[in-house]
Amino acid sequence: MNSDPNVDWPLATHRLFKAAGVNLVGFVPDAGHKRLIELCQADSTMRTVTLTSEEEGIGLAAGAWLGGERSAILMQSSGVGNTINALGMMKECRFPMLMIVTMRGEFGEFNPWQLPMGQATRTTLEAMGAVVERANEPREVAPSIEAALRLAYNSYVAVAVLISQRVIGIKSFQEQIDK
Amino acid sequence: MSASLHRRDVVKTLLADRGDLLVVTGLGSAAWDCAAAGDHALTFPMWGAMGLAAMTGLGLALARPARRVLVVTGDGEMLMGLGSLATIGSSKPANLAVVVLDNERYGETGMQATHTAKGVELAAVARACGFAEARTLTRADELPALHETIHRGAGPVFAAIKIVAEKVPLVLPPRDGALLRARFRRALLGERADLQ
Repeated sequence: MNSDPNVDWPLATHRLFKAAGVNLVGFVPDAGHKRLIELCQADSTMRTVTLTSEEEGIGLAAGAWLGGERSAILMQSSGVGNTINALGMMKECRFPMLMIVTMRGEFGEFNPWQLPMGQATRTTLEAMGAVVERANEPREVAPSIEAALRLAYNSYVAVAVLISQRVIGIKSFQEQIDK
Repeated sequence: MSASLHRRDVVKTLLADRGDLLVVTGLGSAAWDCAAAGDHALTFPMWGAMGLAAMTGLGLALARPARRVLVVTGDGEMLMGLGSLATIGSSKPANLAVVVLDNERYGETGMQATHTAKGVELAAVARACGFAEARTLTRADELPALHETIHRGAGPVFAAIKIVAEKVPLVLPPRDGALLRARFRRALLGERADLQ
């Protein structure tokens, strides 16, 4: 792991959460979010909630904002498909929300079942009124999340940051078998 | 089971003397029942997002741990968000209660039977998910104790209340989602909410 905060994006993201007052983090785990989830879970000032489905995170974020709290929801691109109808509430009610989405189904993907949702992730989010930012390189992640936090909580809109599979690394089942 | 409780009476009883209770309603009849009991700035009636009432209640309960939060919803809405019972059970918010008005029907769409008409017991699901208290109510004399539990009991609390499958007059809360969100936050957080 590179210790440069510009490249160690999970550490930089955790710091951005702290600076922005994000105290509630909901997630359906993804390997790409492993370190960020662990950083949030180890932080006694943060509350983490494991979700059974990504759409639960939309309700969690809406309820938190009704109560005056900021949140962030972490998921994999396949999970974006589970949030579609729920995103309608965020648009209608002008709820702010930050979604951080680790991408599958693109750049060197091994699993063909990941492709349909991975390729439709941006279109789906935009169709439901979310603003989409994308980070293609590790150094782009923290600035994208910082901008997304500002946009979401200053302009009362759902913002999704897509983190490219280039950043996460290509999942290879052969490598896991070889281990 | 032939239920004898009427939904409007149940909700009126549960929302009487509500104090500083925060209320989230599921879409459809549960929202109309809460409106019939008296529209309130600290009631957030959902007009969509089916299946997310309980999770919205969880987010609110975690954000405001010193306040009591009540979710009022229907059996069809709860069935769509069954996973949220597991999420709430594992989060263990002491200040959250989920009340399901169970008429065993999809009331807004033609009174089609839900799974609870076929023996699915929501309170048993909630109990298995780790709710501190979960029961099915069938009698009016059980409601005062539930009212007390909603306000002072250790949560998370779940109650399925068997009600008569009946159509009652529509009493609609405001529809504008941005208005409902803004008025709730202002009533809860004061005018600073507008500048947040």
